Amino acid sequence: MGAAFLELRDLRVSYGRVEALHGVSLRIEQGEIVAILGANGAGKTTTMAAVSGLIKPAGGGIFFDGRPLHTLHSHEVVRLGITLAPEGRRLFGTLTVLENMELGAFTLKDKRRAATIRDWIFELFPRLAERVEQLAGTLSGGEQQMLAIGRALMGDPKVLLLDEPSLGLAPIPARSIFASVREINRQGVTVLLVEQNARAALKIASRGYVMEVGKVVMEDRADALLANTDIQSAYLGRSKTS
Amino acid sequence: MEELFQQLTNGLAVGAIYALIALGYTMVYGMLRLINFAHGDLFTLGAYLGLTLLAAFALEGKMNGLAVGGALIVMSMGLVALVGYLLERIAYRPLRNSNRLTAVVSALGASIFFSNAIMLAYGARSQVYPGGILPTTAIAFFGVEIPLMRILMFIGAIALMLALYWFIHRTRIGSAIRAVAIDQGAAKLMGINVNSVISLVFLIGPGLGAAGGVMVGLYYGEIRYDMGFSFGLKAFTAAILGGIGNIPGAMLGGLLLGVIEALGAAYISIAWKDAIAFTVLILILIFRPTGLLGERVADKL
Ligand SMILES: Nc1ncnc2c1ncn2[C@@H]1O[C@H](COP(=O)(O)OP(=O)(O)O)[C@@H](O)[C@H]1O
Ligand SMILES: [Mg+2]
Repeated sequence: MGAAFLELRDLRVSYGRVEALHGVSLRIEQGEIVAILGANGAGKTTTMAAVSGLIKPAGGGIFFDGRPLHTLHSHEVVRLGITLAPEGRRLFGTLTVLENMELGAFTLKDKRRAATIRDWIFELFPRLAERVEQLAGTLSGGEQQMLAIGRALMGDPKVLLLDEPSLGLAPIPARSIFASVREINRQGVTVLLVEQNARAALKIASRGYVMEVGKVVMEDRADALLANTDIQSAYLGRSKTS
Repeated sequence: MEELFQQLTNGLAVGAIYALIALGYTMVYGMLRLINFAHGDLFTLGAYLGLTLLAAFALEGKMNGLAVGGALIVMSMGLVALVGYLLERIAYRPLRNSNRLTAVVSALGASIFFSNAIMLAYGARSQVYPGGILPTTAIAFFGVEIPLMRILMFIGAIALMLALYWFIHRTRIGSAIRAVAIDQGAAKLMGINVNSVISLVFLIGPGLGAAGGVMVGLYYGEIRYDMGFSFGLKAFTAAILGGIGNIPGAMLGGLLLGVIEALGAAYISIAWKDAIAFTVLILILIFRPTGLLGERVADKL
Protein backbone atom coordinates (compact mmCIF):
# COMPACT_ATOMS: atom_id res chain seq x y z
CA MET A 1 0.00 0.00 0.00
CA GLY A 2 1.66 3.25 -1.12
CA ALA A 3 1.35 6.53 0.74
CA ALA A 4 -1.98 8.24 0.18
CA PHE A 5 -2.31 12.00 -0.34
CA LEU A 6 -4.11 12.32 2.97
CA GLU A 7 -4.25 9.38 5.30
CA LEU A 8 -5.76 8.80 8.74
CA ARG A 9 -4.28 5.77 10.42
CA ASP A 10 -6.07 4.18 13.37
CA LEU A 11 -6.98 7.61 14.71
CA ARG A 12 -8.19 7.83 18.30
CA VAL A 13 -9.61 11.02 19.81
CA SER A 14 -10.96 11.53 23.32
CA TYR A 15 -12.96 14.30 24.95
CA GLY A 16 -11.82 14.10 28.54
CA ARG A 17 -12.21 10.47 29.50
CA VAL A 18 -14.71 9.66 26.76
CA GLU A 19 -13.25 8.30 23.56
CA ALA A 20 -15.11 9.67 20.51
CA LEU A 21 -13.01 8.06 17.75
CA HIS A 22 -11.97 4.45 18.30
CA GLY A 23 -9.39 3.96 15.59
CA VAL A 24 -10.51 5.59 12.35
CA SER A 25 -8.58 4.92 9.13
CA LEU A 26 -9.23 6.79 5.89
CA ARG A 27 -7.31 7.33 2.66
CA ILE A 28 -7.87 10.18 0.24
CA GLU A 29 -6.04 10.29 -3.08
CA GLN A 30 -5.10 13.52 -4.81
CA GLY A 31 -7.92 14.98 -6.88
CA GLU A 32 -10.69 12.92 -5.28
CA ILE A 33 -13.93 13.91 -3.62
CA VAL A 34 -14.38 11.54 -0.69
CA ALA A 35 -17.59 11.55 1.34
CA ILE A 36 -17.95 10.66 5.01
CA LEU A 37 -21.47 9.65 5.94
CA GLY A 38 -22.95 8.81 9.27
CA ALA A 39 -25.64 9.65 11.79
CA ASN A 40 -25.40 12.48 14.29
CA GLY A 41 -22.70 11.80 16.87
CA ALA A 42 -20.85 9.28 14.70
CA GLY A 43 -17.64 11.27 14.99
CA LYS A 44 -17.50 13.03 11.60
CA THR A 45 -16.89 16.52 12.98
CA THR A 46 -14.36 15.14 15.44
CA THR A 47 -12.50 13.55 12.53
CA MET A 48 -12.40 16.85 10.66
CA ALA A 49 -11.28 18.72 13.78
CA ALA A 50 -8.44 16.24 14.27
CA VAL A 51 -7.25 16.63 10.67
CA SER A 52 -7.31 20.43 11.07
CA GLY A 53 -5.25 20.24 14.23
CA LEU A 54 -8.03 21.68 16.41
CA ILE A 55 -8.00 18.53 18.56
CA LYS A 56 -4.92 16.47 19.37
CA PRO A 57 -5.42 12.76 18.78
CA ALA A 58 -4.87 10.37 21.66
CA GLY A 59 -3.52 7.74 19.29
CA GLY A 60 -2.86 6.89 15.68
CA GLY A 61 -1.73 9.38 13.09
CA ILE A 62 -2.67 11.72 10.26
CA PHE A 63 -0.34 12.02 7.27
CA PHE A 64 -0.37 14.46 4.39
CA ASP A 65 1.88 13.55 1.48
CA GLY A 66 3.70 11.28 3.92
CA ARG A 67 4.25 14.05 6.50
CA PRO A 68 2.72 13.70 9.96
CA LEU A 69 0.01 16.31 10.64
CA HIS A 70 -1.05 15.16 14.09
CA THR A 71 1.96 16.80 15.73
CA LEU A 72 1.22 20.21 14.19
CA HIS A 73 -0.80 23.18 15.42
CA SER A 74 -3.86 24.13 13.43
CA HIS A 75 -2.22 27.22 11.94
CA GLU A 76 0.60 25.02 10.64
CA VAL A 77 -1.86 22.59 9.08
CA VAL A 78 -3.43 25.50 7.19
CA ARG A 79 0.00 26.56 5.96
CA LEU A 80 0.56 23.08 4.53
CA GLY A 81 -2.55 23.49 2.39
CA ILE A 82 -5.41 21.90 4.30
CA THR A 83 -8.33 24.16 5.17
CA LEU A 84 -11.65 23.46 6.83
CA ALA A 85 -15.03 25.05 6.23
CA PRO A 86 -16.38 24.02 9.63
CA GLU A 87 -19.78 22.78 10.69
CA GLY A 88 -22.03 25.75 11.42
CA ARG A 89 -19.79 27.87 9.15
CA ARG A 90 -18.19 29.91 11.96
CA LEU A 91 -18.04 33.11 9.92
CA PHE A 92 -16.82 36.33 11.49
CA GLY A 93 -20.37 37.67 11.59
CA THR A 94 -19.57 41.29 12.46
CA LEU A 95 -16.95 41.56 9.70
CA THR A 96 -17.76 42.12 6.05
CA VAL A 97 -17.75 39.47 3.35
CA LEU A 98 -14.48 40.86 2.02
CA GLU A 99 -12.85 40.98 5.47
CA ASN A 100 -13.82 37.34 6.00
CA MET A 101 -12.23 36.42 2.69
CA GLU A 102 -9.10 38.39 3.48
CA LEU A 103 -8.78 36.48 6.74
CA GLY A 104 -9.08 33.28 4.72
CA ALA A 105 -6.00 34.44 2.80
CA PHE A 106 -4.11 35.17 6.02
CA THR A 107 -1.37 32.64 5.28
CA LEU A 108 -1.06 33.55 1.61
CA LYS A 109 2.02 35.70 1.05
CA ASP A 110 1.54 36.09 -2.70
CA LYS A 111 -0.88 38.99 -3.17
CA ARG A 112 -1.36 38.31 -6.86
CA ARG A 113 -2.26 34.70 -6.21
CA ALA A 114 -4.77 35.91 -3.60
CA ALA A 115 -6.37 38.25 -6.14
CA THR A 116 -6.62 35.45 -8.70
CA ILE A 117 -8.30 33.14 -6.21
CA ARG A 118 -10.66 35.90 -5.11
CA ASP A 119 -11.75 36.49 -8.70
CA TRP A 120 -12.29 32.78 -9.16
CA ILE A 121 -14.44 32.61 -5.99
CA PHE A 122 -16.51 35.56 -7.22
CA GLU A 123 -17.03 33.68 -10.48
CA LEU A 124 -18.03 30.60 -8.55
CA PHE A 125 -20.31 32.55 -6.20
CA PRO A 126 -21.40 35.78 -7.93
CA ARG A 127 -23.69 36.49 -4.96
CA LEU A 128 -20.60 37.10 -2.82
CA ALA A 129 -19.21 39.58 -5.33
CA GLU A 130 -22.43 41.59 -5.04
CA ARG A 131 -22.20 41.63 -1.26
CA VAL A 132 -18.53 42.33 -0.50
CA GLU A 133 -19.29 45.18 1.90
CA GLN A 134 -22.16 43.41 3.66
CA LEU A 135 -21.65 42.02 7.18
CA ALA A 136 -21.28 38.24 7.02
CA GLY A 137 -23.85 37.76 9.77
CA THR A 138 -26.57 39.37 7.67
CA LEU A 139 -26.22 36.98 4.71
CA SER A 140 -28.79 34.28 3.96
CA GLY A 141 -27.91 30.71 4.94
CA GLY A 142 -26.91 29.77 1.41
CA GLU A 143 -24.76 32.87 1.03
CA GLN A 144 -23.12 32.21 4.38
CA GLN A 145 -22.17 28.73 3.23
CA MET A 146 -20.77 30.16 0.00
CA LEU A 147 -18.69 32.54 2.08
CA ALA A 148 -17.52 29.76 4.41
CA ILE A 149 -16.32 27.78 1.40
CA GLY A 150 -14.91 30.86 -0.32
CA ARG A 151 -13.04 31.85 2.82
CA ALA A 152 -11.53 28.36 3.11
CA LEU A 153 -10.51 28.49 -0.57
CA MET A 154 -8.78 31.85 -0.10
CA GLY A 155 -5.92 30.03 1.61
CA ASP A 156 -5.21 28.27 -1.70
CA PRO A 157 -5.67 24.78 -0.21
CA LYS A 158 -4.63 21.48 -1.73
CA VAL A 159 -7.26 19.75 0.38
CA LEU A 160 -10.60 21.31 1.29
CA LEU A 161 -12.43 19.84 4.26
CA LEU A 162 -16.17 20.51 4.21
CA ASP A 163 -18.25 19.71 7.29
CA GLU A 164 -21.96 19.55 6.48
CA PRO A 165 -22.06 22.33 3.91
CA SER A 166 -25.75 21.75 3.15
CA LEU A 167 -26.84 21.78 6.79
CA GLY A 168 -29.88 23.99 7.29
CA LEU A 169 -30.16 24.94 3.63
CA ALA A 170 -33.30 24.72 1.48
CA PRO A 171 -33.09 22.20 -1.41
CA ILE A 172 -32.19 24.72 -4.11
CA PRO A 173 -29.31 26.46 -2.34
CA ALA A 174 -28.11 23.04 -1.17
CA ARG A 175 -28.04 21.75 -4.73
CA SER A 176 -26.10 24.81 -5.83
CA ILE A 177 -23.52 24.21 -3.07
CA PHE A 178 -23.00 20.62 -4.24
CA ALA A 179 -22.56 21.82 -7.82
CA SER A 180 -19.95 24.31 -6.63
CA VAL A 181 -18.08 21.64 -4.71
CA ARG A 182 -17.84 19.58 -7.88
CA GLU A 183 -16.55 22.63 -9.77
CA ILE A 184 -13.96 23.37 -7.05
CA ASN A 185 -12.76 19.79 -7.32
CA ARG A 186 -12.48 20.09 -11.11
CA GLN A 187 -10.08 22.97 -10.54
CA GLY A 188 -7.76 20.53 -8.79
CA VAL A 189 -8.73 20.81 -5.12
CA THR A 190 -9.03 17.49 -3.28
CA VAL A 191 -12.22 17.44 -1.19
CA LEU A 192 -13.15 15.57 1.97
CA LEU A 193 -16.89 16.04 2.40
CA VAL A 194 -18.91 15.26 5.53
CA GLU A 195 -22.64 15.17 4.84
CA GLN A 196 -25.97 14.15 6.29
CA ASN A 197 -27.40 14.53 2.81
CA ALA A 198 -25.83 11.24 1.78
CA ARG A 199 -27.39 10.97 -1.63
CA ALA A 200 -26.22 14.37 -2.83
CA ALA A 201 -22.76 13.76 -1.38
CA LEU A 202 -22.37 10.34 -3.01
CA LYS A 203 -23.46 11.73 -6.36
CA ILE A 204 -20.44 14.04 -6.53
CA ALA A 205 -17.99 11.80 -4.63
CA SER A 206 -15.78 9.10 -6.05
CA ARG A 207 -15.70 7.11 -2.82
CA GLY A 208 -17.38 7.16 0.54
CA TYR A 209 -16.87 6.03 4.13
CA VAL A 210 -19.67 5.30 6.55
CA MET A 211 -19.06 6.01 10.23
CA GLU A 212 -20.96 4.72 13.24
CA VAL A 213 -20.16 5.59 16.86
CA GLY A 214 -16.56 6.52 16.31
CA LYS A 215 -15.65 3.81 13.79
CA VAL A 216 -15.61 3.36 10.04
CA VAL A 217 -18.08 0.57 9.34
CA MET A 218 -18.08 0.61 5.57
CA GLU A 219 -15.98 1.91 2.71
CA ASP A 220 -16.74 1.68 -0.99
CA ARG A 221 -17.00 3.42 -4.30
CA ALA A 222 -19.72 6.08 -4.28
CA ASP A 223 -21.90 4.36 -6.89
CA ALA A 224 -21.69 1.08 -4.99
CA LEU A 225 -22.76 2.82 -1.76
CA LEU A 226 -25.65 4.48 -3.59
CA ALA A 227 -26.80 1.05 -4.76
CA ASN A 228 -26.25 -0.68 -1.41
CA THR A 229 -29.59 -1.59 0.18
CA ASP A 230 -28.31 -1.27 3.77
CA ILE A 231 -27.06 2.21 3.01
CA GLN A 232 -30.29 3.04 1.25
CA SER A 233 -32.39 2.16 4.24
CA ALA A 234 -30.09 3.75 6.80
CA TYR A 235 -28.97 6.95 5.09
CA LEU A 236 -30.74 7.45 1.78
CA GLY A 237 -34.37 7.26 2.86
CA ARG A 238 -35.26 4.43 0.45
CA SER A 239 -38.75 5.69 -0.20
CA LYS A 240 -37.49 8.98 -1.62
CA THR A 241 -36.56 9.23 -5.24
CA SER A 242 -34.42 12.10 -6.35
CA MET B 1 -17.51 80.17 31.86
CA GLU B 2 -13.75 80.09 32.20
CA GLU B 3 -14.04 77.69 35.12
CA LEU B 4 -16.20 75.38 33.00
CA PHE B 5 -13.72 75.47 30.14
CA GLN B 6 -10.84 74.72 32.49
CA GLN B 7 -12.68 71.78 34.01
CA LEU B 8 -13.74 70.50 30.62
CA THR B 9 -10.23 70.50 29.17
CA ASN B 10 -8.80 69.02 32.34
CA GLY B 11 -11.45 66.31 32.22
CA LEU B 12 -10.65 65.55 28.61
CA ALA B 13 -6.92 65.32 29.30
CA VAL B 14 -7.32 63.04 32.31
CA GLY B 15 -10.03 61.14 30.47
CA ALA B 16 -7.65 60.47 27.60
CA ILE B 17 -5.35 58.78 30.13
CA TYR B 18 -8.24 56.70 31.46
CA ALA B 19 -9.00 55.76 27.87
CA LEU B 20 -5.40 54.75 27.24
CA ILE B 21 -5.42 52.48 30.28
CA ALA B 22 -8.92 51.25 29.51
CA LEU B 23 -7.73 49.90 26.15
CA GLY B 24 -5.54 47.38 27.96
CA TYR B 25 -8.46 46.06 29.99
CA THR B 26 -10.79 45.96 27.05
CA MET B 27 -8.43 44.25 24.60
CA VAL B 28 -7.49 41.52 27.05
CA TYR B 29 -11.12 41.04 28.00
CA GLY B 30 -12.16 40.92 24.35
CA MET B 31 -9.57 38.25 23.70
CA LEU B 32 -9.70 36.06 26.82
CA ARG B 33 -12.80 37.16 28.77
CA LEU B 34 -10.35 37.88 31.55
CA ILE B 35 -10.03 41.06 33.58
CA ASN B 36 -6.34 41.68 33.96
CA PHE B 37 -6.35 43.10 37.47
CA ALA B 38 -2.60 43.64 37.26
CA HIS B 39 -3.08 46.17 34.46
CA GLY B 40 -3.36 49.15 36.82
CA ASP B 41 -0.10 48.13 38.46
CA LEU B 42 1.62 47.90 35.09
CA PHE B 43 0.50 51.49 34.55
CA THR B 44 2.17 52.39 37.86
CA LEU B 45 5.26 50.44 36.88
CA GLY B 46 5.39 52.49 33.68
CA ALA B 47 5.37 55.72 35.68
CA TYR B 48 8.21 54.54 37.93
CA LEU B 49 10.28 53.18 35.08
CA GLY B 50 9.93 56.57 33.40
CA LEU B 51 11.45 58.15 36.48
CA THR B 52 14.25 55.60 36.64
CA LEU B 53 15.06 55.97 32.96
CA LEU B 54 15.16 59.73 33.32
CA ALA B 55 17.79 59.38 36.03
CA ALA B 56 19.65 56.48 34.39
CA PHE B 57 20.18 58.29 31.13
CA ALA B 58 20.44 61.70 32.80
CA LEU B 59 18.13 62.91 30.10
CA GLU B 60 16.95 66.04 31.78
CA GLY B 61 18.28 69.16 30.14
CA LYS B 62 20.16 67.20 27.49
CA MET B 63 17.48 67.48 24.87
CA ASN B 64 14.42 69.56 24.43
CA GLY B 65 11.67 68.77 26.92
CA LEU B 66 9.30 67.25 24.38
CA ALA B 67 11.99 64.87 23.17
CA VAL B 68 12.76 63.84 26.76
CA GLY B 69 9.07 63.19 27.44
CA GLY B 70 8.72 61.25 24.20
CA ALA B 71 11.84 59.18 24.87
CA LEU B 72 10.69 58.31 28.40
CA ILE B 73 7.30 57.25 27.10
CA VAL B 74 8.72 55.07 24.33
CA MET B 75 11.31 53.36 26.56
CA SER B 76 8.87 52.78 29.39
CA MET B 77 6.30 51.41 26.93
CA GLY B 78 8.86 48.95 25.61
CA LEU B 79 9.88 47.67 29.05
CA VAL B 80 6.36 47.37 30.41
CA ALA B 81 5.22 45.67 27.19
CA LEU B 82 7.85 43.05 27.92
CA VAL B 83 6.58 42.68 31.48
CA GLY B 84 3.03 42.30 30.13
CA TYR B 85 4.20 39.60 27.76
CA LEU B 86 5.87 37.69 30.61
CA LEU B 87 2.80 38.16 32.82
CA GLU B 88 0.65 36.39 30.24
CA ARG B 89 3.15 33.59 29.71
CA ILE B 90 3.67 32.95 33.42
CA ALA B 91 0.39 33.83 35.13
CA TYR B 92 -2.35 33.39 32.51
CA ARG B 93 -1.35 31.00 29.72
CA PRO B 94 -0.86 27.97 31.97
CA LEU B 95 -4.41 28.53 33.25
CA ARG B 96 -6.00 29.08 29.84
CA ASN B 97 -8.02 25.87 30.04
CA SER B 98 -8.81 25.86 33.72
CA ASN B 99 -11.91 27.49 35.13
CA ARG B 100 -12.39 31.23 35.06
CA LEU B 101 -12.11 31.78 38.78
CA THR B 102 -8.59 30.35 38.78
CA ALA B 103 -7.47 32.93 36.23
CA VAL B 104 -9.14 35.71 38.23
CA VAL B 105 -7.27 34.65 41.35
CA SER B 106 -4.05 34.59 39.36
CA ALA B 107 -4.77 38.11 38.08
CA LEU B 108 -5.40 39.38 41.61
CA GLY B 109 -2.20 37.71 42.75
CA ALA B 110 -0.26 39.34 39.93
CA SER B 111 -1.70 42.72 40.92
CA ILE B 112 -0.57 42.29 44.53
CA PHE B 113 2.81 41.05 43.36
CA PHE B 114 3.45 44.08 41.16
CA SER B 115 2.26 46.71 43.61
CA ASN B 116 4.37 45.15 46.37
CA ALA B 117 7.37 44.82 44.10
CA ILE B 118 7.08 48.49 43.16
CA MET B 119 6.74 49.47 46.82
CA LEU B 120 9.80 47.41 47.76
CA ALA B 121 11.87 48.82 44.93
CA TYR B 122 10.85 52.45 45.18
CA GLY B 123 9.41 52.86 48.66
CA ALA B 124 5.93 53.52 49.94
CA ARG B 125 6.20 57.29 49.88
CA SER B 126 5.32 59.18 46.78
CA GLN B 127 8.05 60.18 44.37
CA VAL B 128 8.40 63.35 42.43
CA TYR B 129 8.86 63.76 38.71
CA PRO B 130 11.17 66.71 38.29
CA GLY B 131 9.18 69.72 37.24
CA GLY B 132 10.06 71.68 34.19
CA ILE B 133 10.79 68.79 31.85
CA LEU B 134 7.86 69.92 29.79
CA PRO B 135 7.11 73.61 29.29
CA THR B 136 4.82 74.99 31.99
CA THR B 137 3.51 77.73 29.76
CA ALA B 138 -0.12 78.14 28.88
CA ILE B 139 -1.85 78.69 25.59
CA ALA B 140 -4.85 80.93 25.20
CA PHE B 141 -7.99 79.40 23.71
CA PHE B 142 -10.86 81.83 23.21
CA GLY B 143 -9.31 83.98 25.88
CA VAL B 144 -8.91 81.09 28.34
CA GLU B 145 -5.41 80.04 29.36
CA ILE B 146 -4.92 76.28 29.05
CA PRO B 147 -1.68 74.76 30.35
CA LEU B 148 0.38 73.49 27.42
CA MET B 149 1.11 70.28 29.32
CA ARG B 150 -2.57 69.46 29.45
CA ILE B 151 -2.81 69.88 25.70
CA LEU B 152 0.29 67.78 25.10
CA MET B 153 -1.01 64.97 27.29
CA PHE B 154 -4.33 64.99 25.47
CA ILE B 155 -2.70 64.98 22.03
CA GLY B 156 -0.22 62.28 23.04
CA ALA B 157 -2.88 59.95 24.38
CA ILE B 158 -5.20 60.52 21.43
CA ALA B 159 -2.36 59.96 18.96
CA LEU B 160 -1.55 56.59 20.57
CA MET B 161 -5.21 55.59 20.44
CA LEU B 162 -5.57 56.56 16.79
CA ALA B 163 -2.42 54.60 16.00
CA LEU B 164 -3.91 51.57 17.71
CA TYR B 165 -7.20 51.99 15.88
CA TRP B 166 -5.39 52.22 12.58
CA PHE B 167 -3.33 49.14 13.40
CA ILE B 168 -6.38 47.07 14.37
CA HIS B 169 -8.45 48.07 11.36
CA ARG B 170 -5.95 48.59 8.58
CA THR B 171 -3.29 45.92 8.94
CA ARG B 172 -3.21 42.19 8.41
CA ILE B 173 -2.10 41.52 11.99
CA GLY B 174 -4.83 43.88 13.20
CA SER B 175 -7.49 41.81 11.44
CA ALA B 176 -6.00 38.72 13.04
CA ILE B 177 -6.51 40.37 16.45
CA ARG B 178 -10.14 41.10 15.58
CA ALA B 179 -10.64 37.56 14.31
CA VAL B 180 -9.27 36.02 17.51
CA ALA B 181 -11.52 38.28 19.60
CA ILE B 182 -14.58 37.13 17.66
CA ASP B 183 -13.90 33.39 17.45
CA GLN B 184 -10.60 31.78 18.45
CA GLY B 185 -11.41 28.46 16.82
CA ALA B 186 -12.34 30.05 13.52
CA ALA B 187 -9.23 32.23 13.69
CA LYS B 188 -7.09 29.09 14.00
CA LEU B 189 -8.74 27.76 10.86
CA MET B 190 -7.55 30.88 9.01
CA GLY B 191 -3.98 29.88 9.84
CA ILE B 192 -3.67 32.48 12.60
CA ASN B 193 -1.37 31.58 15.48
CA VAL B 194 -3.73 32.45 18.31
CA ASN B 195 -1.05 32.30 21.00
CA SER B 196 1.07 34.86 19.17
CA VAL B 197 -1.92 37.15 18.82
CA ILE B 198 -2.66 36.89 22.53
CA SER B 199 0.99 37.65 23.30
CA LEU B 200 0.80 40.66 21.03
CA VAL B 201 -2.22 41.99 22.90
CA PHE B 202 -0.30 41.60 26.16
CA LEU B 203 2.50 43.67 24.63
CA ILE B 204 0.20 46.41 23.34
CA GLY B 205 -2.14 46.85 26.32
CA PRO B 206 0.52 47.19 29.04
CA GLY B 207 2.62 49.30 26.65
CA LEU B 208 -0.22 51.80 26.32
CA GLY B 209 -0.77 51.68 30.08
CA ALA B 210 2.89 52.54 30.64
CA ALA B 211 2.59 55.51 28.31
CA GLY B 212 -0.32 56.66 30.49
CA GLY B 213 1.84 56.20 33.59
CA VAL B 214 4.65 58.39 32.31
CA MET B 215 2.15 61.02 31.15
CA VAL B 216 0.52 61.08 34.58
CA GLY B 217 3.95 61.47 36.19
CA LEU B 218 4.80 64.37 33.92
CA TYR B 219 1.39 65.98 34.35
CA TYR B 220 0.84 65.65 38.10
CA GLY B 221 4.51 65.57 39.01
CA GLU B 222 3.94 62.99 41.74
CA ILE B 223 3.52 59.22 41.65
CA ARG B 224 2.80 56.57 44.28
CA TYR B 225 3.17 52.81 44.30
CA ASP B 226 -0.59 52.37 44.78
CA MET B 227 -1.86 54.89 42.24
CA GLY B 228 -2.61 52.02 39.85
CA PHE B 229 -5.53 51.12 42.05
CA SER B 230 -7.58 54.28 41.55
CA PHE B 231 -6.44 54.89 37.98
CA GLY B 232 -7.02 51.23 37.18
CA LEU B 233 -10.47 51.25 38.67
CA LYS B 234 -11.41 54.38 36.78
CA ALA B 235 -10.02 53.03 33.53
CA PHE B 236 -11.90 49.80 34.16
CA THR B 237 -15.05 51.87 34.73
CA ALA B 238 -14.34 53.64 31.43
CA ALA B 239 -14.02 50.30 29.67
CA ILE B 240 -17.35 49.13 31.10
CA LEU B 241 -18.94 52.49 30.30
CA GLY B 242 -17.99 52.18 26.64
CA GLY B 243 -18.77 48.47 26.51
CA ILE B 244 -15.98 46.14 27.59
CA GLY B 245 -14.24 44.41 24.69
CA ASN B 246 -14.97 47.39 22.47
CA ILE B 247 -11.98 49.55 21.49
CA PRO B 248 -13.78 52.72 20.39
CA GLY B 249 -15.97 52.20 23.47
CA ALA B 250 -12.95 52.36 25.77
CA MET B 251 -11.82 55.58 24.14
CA LEU B 252 -15.26 57.15 24.44
CA GLY B 253 -15.78 55.82 27.97
CA GLY B 254 -12.45 57.23 29.14
CA LEU B 255 -13.06 60.72 27.79
CA LEU B 256 -16.61 60.74 29.10
CA LEU B 257 -15.61 59.59 32.56
CA GLY B 258 -12.83 62.17 32.72
CA VAL B 259 -15.27 64.94 31.90
CA ILE B 260 -17.99 63.69 34.27
CA GLU B 261 -15.46 63.46 37.06
CA ALA B 262 -13.97 66.90 36.46
CA LEU B 263 -17.36 68.58 36.28
CA GLY B 264 -18.59 66.67 39.32
CA ALA B 265 -15.55 67.70 41.33
CA ALA B 266 -16.03 71.33 40.32
CA TYR B 267 -19.77 71.68 40.71
CA ILE B 268 -20.70 69.08 43.32
CA SER B 269 -17.72 68.65 45.57
CA ILE B 270 -14.07 67.84 45.17
CA ALA B 271 -14.49 65.38 48.02
CA TRP B 272 -16.79 63.36 45.80
CA LYS B 273 -14.30 63.10 42.94
CA ASP B 274 -13.51 59.42 43.36
CA ALA B 275 -17.02 58.47 44.37
CA ILE B 276 -18.31 59.85 41.08
CA ALA B 277 -16.47 57.23 39.04
CA PHE B 278 -17.81 54.43 41.19
CA THR B 279 -21.30 55.82 41.04
CA VAL B 280 -21.00 55.82 37.26
CA LEU B 281 -19.75 52.22 37.36
CA ILE B 282 -22.65 51.07 39.51
CA LEU B 283 -25.21 52.96 37.44
CA ILE B 284 -24.00 51.40 34.18
CA LEU B 285 -23.89 47.95 35.68
CA ILE B 286 -27.50 48.38 36.78
CA PHE B 287 -28.99 50.18 33.79
CA ARG B 288 -26.80 49.34 30.83
CA PRO B 289 -24.43 46.48 31.58
CA THR B 290 -23.41 46.24 27.94
CA GLY B 291 -22.05 49.79 28.04
CA LEU B 292 -22.67 52.57 25.58
CA LEU B 293 -21.34 50.94 22.43
CA GLY B 294 -21.11 47.25 23.21
CA GLU B 295 -23.99 44.91 22.63
CA ARG B 296 -22.13 41.67 22.14
CA VAL B 297 -18.87 42.84 23.54
CA ALA B 298 -16.08 41.10 21.72
CA ASP B 299 -17.61 41.39 18.30
CA LYS B 300 -16.93 45.10 18.30
CA LEU B 301 -13.24 44.99 19.09
N1 LIG C 1 -16.57 19.24 22.60
C1 LIG C 1 -17.01 18.01 22.93
N2 LIG C 1 -16.92 17.59 24.21
C2 LIG C 1 -17.34 16.35 24.56
N3 LIG C 1 -17.87 15.47 23.72
C3 LIG C 1 -17.98 15.83 22.42
C4 LIG C 1 -17.56 17.12 21.96
N4 LIG C 1 -17.80 17.20 20.63
C5 LIG C 1 -18.33 16.02 20.28
N5 LIG C 1 -18.45 15.20 21.35
C6 LIG C 1 -18.97 13.83 21.33
O1 LIG C 1 -18.20 13.10 20.41
C7 LIG C 1 -19.02 12.25 19.63
C8 LIG C 1 -18.84 12.57 18.15
O2 LIG C 1 -19.36 13.86 17.89
P1 LIG C 1 -19.20 14.57 16.47
O3 LIG C 1 -17.81 14.35 16.01
O4 LIG C 1 -19.65 15.96 16.62
O5 LIG C 1 -20.19 13.73 15.58
P2 LIG C 1 -20.86 14.07 14.17
O6 LIG C 1 -20.14 15.22 13.58
O7 LIG C 1 -20.69 12.83 13.39
O8 LIG C 1 -22.28 14.38 14.44
C9 LIG C 1 -20.45 12.46 20.12
O9 LIG C 1 -20.74 11.45 21.04
C10 LIG C 1 -20.39 13.79 20.81
O10 LIG C 1 -21.32 13.86 21.84
MG1 LIG D 1 -20.92 17.03 12.97
